[in-house]
Amino acid sequence: MAEKINNKSVLLNPFSKNNPVVVQVLGICSVLAVTAKLEPAIVMGISVIAVLAFSNVIISLIRNTIPTNIRIIVQLVVVAGLVVIVDQLLKAYAYDVSKQLSVFIGLIITNCILMGRLEAFAMGNKPWPAFLDGIGNGIGYSIILVIVGFFRELLGSGTLLGIQVVPDSFYEAGYVNNGLMILPPMALIVVACIIWVQRARNKDLQED
Amino acid sequence: MLKKYLDRMKPHFEPGGKLHAFHSVFDGLETFLYTPETTSKSGVHIHDSLDSKRVMIIVVLALLPCLLFGMYNTGYQNLLGSGATEFPFWSIMAYGFLAILPRIIVTYVVGLGIEFAVAQWRGEEIQEGFLVTGILIPLICPIETPVWMLAVATAFSVIFVKEVFGGTGYNIFNVALVTRAVLFFGYPAQMSGDHAFIATKPILGLGGTVTYADGISGATPLGQIATANGGDFVIHNIIGQPISDWDAFLGLIPGSFGETSTLCILIGAAILLFTGIASWRIMASVVVGGLFMGFIANTFATPTYPASYLTPLQQLLYGGFAFAAVFMATDPVTAARTGLGKYIYGFMVGVIAVIIRTYNNGYPEGAMLAVLLMNALAPLIDYCVVQTNISRRMRRLKAKTEQAS
Repeated sequence: MAEKINNKSVLLNPFSKNNPVVVQVLGICSVLAVTAKLEPAIVMGISVIAVLAFSNVIISLIRNTIPTNIRIIVQLVVVAGLVVIVDQLLKAYAYDVSKQLSVFIGLIITNCILMGRLEAFAMGNKPWPAFLDGIGNGIGYSIILVIVGFFRELLGSGTLLGIQVVPDSFYEAGYVNNGLMILPPMALIVVACIIWVQRARNKDLQED
Repeated sequence: MLKKYLDRMKPHFEPGGKLHAFHSVFDGLETFLYTPETTSKSGVHIHDSLDSKRVMIIVVLALLPCLLFGMYNTGYQNLLGSGATEFPFWSIMAYGFLAILPRIIVTYVVGLGIEFAVAQWRGEEIQEGFLVTGILIPLICPIETPVWMLAVATAFSVIFVKEVFGGTGYNIFNVALVTRAVLFFGYPAQMSGDHAFIATKPILGLGGTVTYADGISGATPLGQIATANGGDFVIHNIIGQPISDWDAFLGLIPGSFGETSTLCILIGAAILLFTGIASWRIMASVVVGGLFMGFIANTFATPTYPASYLTPLQQLLYGGFAFAAVFMATDPVTAARTGLGKYIYGFMVGVIAVIIRTYNNGYPEGAMLAVLLMNALAPLIDYCVVQTNISRRMRRLKAKTEQAS
């Protein structure tokens, strides 16, 4: 590699400046689908972090032996294997959440963030930076997931992690949970708000 | 006198004056009170030689019959439901006025507040689109909608539908209808069903408390039909008397505040058409579309979809169809712009409105969703119409040049 890879920036950049969801706009599908409640959002985030970090490491280890022609297939096999492991673990230890996430754990395979990072980073870097890159991008993705899940559950169900947060006196005074927050369109609008805030804070990300 | 005062105040608001920070507020007030020296320079309103504020005021005038009748109907339904036998006109009007006043005030305060804030922040002139939107929102919502919900929904749609797209004249969707849709999807229990459409509590000693008798609901006619079993249904009002088409035409039925009276909507339509503000093409084609689809639905009426037993004419009389045709579909910002496009747009609004209300029992009122859907498609329709024109002219030109040579 000609340019020096700075481990710290590899880890920290995806948090905000190069966030996979709000800057690169990848993985939106799962953001819409799993964030109606906070708990599945957190579990989904952890799953993606794990899969992304380990697939990055594995691909990075065998990067020099993969024939270029079939690299996508090799990447898919690695990711699919890891996703199945995660799926089985969730079914064993967190059955309820796994049922809520249903097909979306399996669909981590098709998450653009994974293929993007494998192609763009793991194929050309050593295992340790690749691991950090996976962790960083996974966390960047999870941050957005958790923020969106937080607002959607708070405003849509009045709860956080299943515990009621909005006091009963509010309901007696006529407050009603917003049913629209449960529906996927609001996830898109919350993501848009996050992008808005982030662009307003980082002028260099603004496009014309 | 007022004009003199305004003129004297003006220098303070010009750039360099000490109150320059509030120039857009001042400008908004001045042009609201007096015809401005400048006409619109940007946005869609450039189609008119009129200042868009004048246009808005005429639309508000056209809405006045609906507003006044809405007041009367609200008071009337309340008295009817609470078992009164006499219906004194002025106390009915007073009750309706008191019922709607807080809602109008709240929508204007919230909506205009956001508009003023954004205009100040961007240093632009205050945009006047909210004058109409602010009166439309209370008119298309059930009278029992909690006021804070109106405020939340208004704020949401003014920010996300209008301001983020660049303000009045740039919005893709009709702001008032989005407010209604946000309420409808966000708070379904408060926005539809049995108890939303009739004011139940006395206000300042006027009116009575409505009690719902067993088996009698205060749902709108369309709501009642959607939950009816099979083809034989009788639409009844709050005390169980059947509702005739004539009642529906006059508007003495439960429904959202301003949309019940087809008669008053026709008056409004006449004002809009006479002054040339709304497009007759859209209005007419919405009605044709509704009649057409109503006819098809009625021809193939099945007990699975009770609303298909409504005659085409009834489809126009009940619910918000007429209101949507006259005031919503014709919104110049969100409708199609080309001549042929207007026909297609209007026709599809009418057809889709009837399809939704007939074949989806979950949504007894389809006019709102139909207009929003066609709002999204209007630019595409315009694009197709323009492209067809261009290619036809190209062909004509080609044929001509070939003939000549």
